[in-house]
Amino acid sequence: MNPVRAIGRATLELVRGVGAVAIFAARGLAAPGFQPRLLAEQLLRIGWLSLPVVGLTSLFTGAALALQINAGGERFQAGDVVPAIVAIGMVRELGPVLGGLMVAARVASSIAAEIGSMRVTEQIDALVTLSTDPMGWLVTPRLWAAILAVPVLVGVGDVIGIMGGWLVGTTTLGFTSQGYLSSSWAYLESWDVVSGLIKGAAFGAIVALAGCWFGMRAGRGAEGVGRATTNAVVAASVAILAANFVLTGLFFT
Amino acid sequence: MNGHGAPVIEVRGLTKGFGAARVLDGVDLSVVRGESLVIIGGSGAGKSVLLRSILGLERPDGGAILLGGQPATPQVRADFMRDFGMLFQNAALFDSLPVWRNVAFRLMTSLPRAEARARALDRLARVGLGPEVADRMPSELSGGMRKRVALARAIAADPRVIFFDEPTTGLDPQRAASINALIRGIVDETGATAVTITHDMTSVRSIADRVAMLARGRLIWQGDVAAMDSADDPELRGFVEGRPLA
Ligand SMILES: Nc1ncnc2c1ncn2[C@@H]1O[C@H](COP(=O)(O)OP(=O)(O)OP(=O)(O)O)[C@@H](O)[C@H]1O
Ligand SMILES: [Mg+2]
Repeated sequence: MNPVRAIGRATLELVRGVGAVAIFAARGLAAPGFQPRLLAEQLLRIGWLSLPVVGLTSLFTGAALALQINAGGERFQAGDVVPAIVAIGMVRELGPVLGGLMVAARVASSIAAEIGSMRVTEQIDALVTLSTDPMGWLVTPRLWAAILAVPVLVGVGDVIGIMGGWLVGTTTLGFTSQGYLSSSWAYLESWDVVSGLIKGAAFGAIVALAGCWFGMRAGRGAEGVGRATTNAVVAASVAILAANFVLTGLFFT
Repeated sequence: MNGHGAPVIEVRGLTKGFGAARVLDGVDLSVVRGESLVIIGGSGAGKSVLLRSILGLERPDGGAILLGGQPATPQVRADFMRDFGMLFQNAALFDSLPVWRNVAFRLMTSLPRAEARARALDRLARVGLGPEVADRMPSELSGGMRKRVALARAIAADPRVIFFDEPTTGLDPQRAASINALIRGIVDETGATAVTITHDMTSVRSIADRVAMLARGRLIWQGDVAAMDSADDPELRGFVEGRPLA
């Protein structure tokens, strides 16, 4: 095939795909039939139940970051920047990205498996015959719950990550507890934190959308559900990293 | 609603294939108000696909579907669904909801919770399930029980039009007989329009006003249930008498 034509076709497919996902997202955000009970269930599942994994990830990341920055900073006698850089690195970048990726692994997969098996066992068709819009019943609560819950998870992860740095700083790098915390604070600006929380909301939307999109399109049988689950996690993870690059560019250049 | 004397459902020249395989190859069918139509046909003949296409759950390749005399646009379908019930072949119960919430699903939007639950218990009783199953989850039921819960869900809101996809498969003969009687009773008492798919000739004789047989992608025979035994179409004869396939 003519390479120009191949590229043209691929681009067209991409644009069409992005358009379809955008329409899906818009319908998901605003589908009729909002029920507080469904939103609460999903907040519990996406937010509360993800706390342990996000907390642990942040703790180890903050700790490792402190060691790395100390090692790097020593080279030009700048070891005392550890608290500030750990704090800024966590809240601007690592908290949202790692939190988002952990939620992608946990939540995008379980949403895709759940909705995919509903698709395969005709439960989604049954919703339609019961005059219930599957978008409003399934997608809307998951999407909003993820948009609301992931920033909170990121906020908690930020604090725990800074605590991880503090643990290493005070036990092995010779910082005093008070000194570590006050220099974390001193250089941290509110926009650092807020930008990270906004990233969290965007990543939450990506995770829920990927899970719902691939679940709704699951092929037949157990194999279809399995493929939907894998695709959802892979797509959510790549999209989070790409969105992180774009948002970082928007926010900090 | 307009289109008064029009058939409740009209299918013209419906075609549907999956990949290279043509499943429906020009189906013409009309279902009039208040009748009980039974569709028979061999396994894999496309009976379920026909019902799913009428509902818009499968996208037909060609042909026309009219509901209440109007072409089935999404809006017309949504209006149709408001007064409709469907028993899926594999039950399709919501496995995140307990049995009674499945049955009461449609009622929850219009009735207070306690009333919806009472109605659900009544419908469960009509399919021979006691109140003790109401709070169980679908995954804790046997296949035949799931089917009956799905039947209770299909009839819960007293729909005007009901599709039953194999209501008695997986049930013992006595249970099957009472489900047949229940379906016939609903049509007689409420004047509902019913379309039932079955392989079971006892069901055909107890449920049907009219019978249609699907084979090779078309309805090869349609007629009153009384005419079925005297018809001399060989494929119909073979099916009705249960002759082994050559
Ligand atoms: N989504 C699908 N993808 C591919 N093939 C399909 C799909 N749905 C149905 N088919 C095929 O269409 C044909 C008709 O299926 P259908 O479920 O309508 O049969 P049926 O008449 O209801 O059979 P049974 O009595 O066994 O339920 C079958 O050959 C089936 O393999
Ligand atoms: Mg079938």
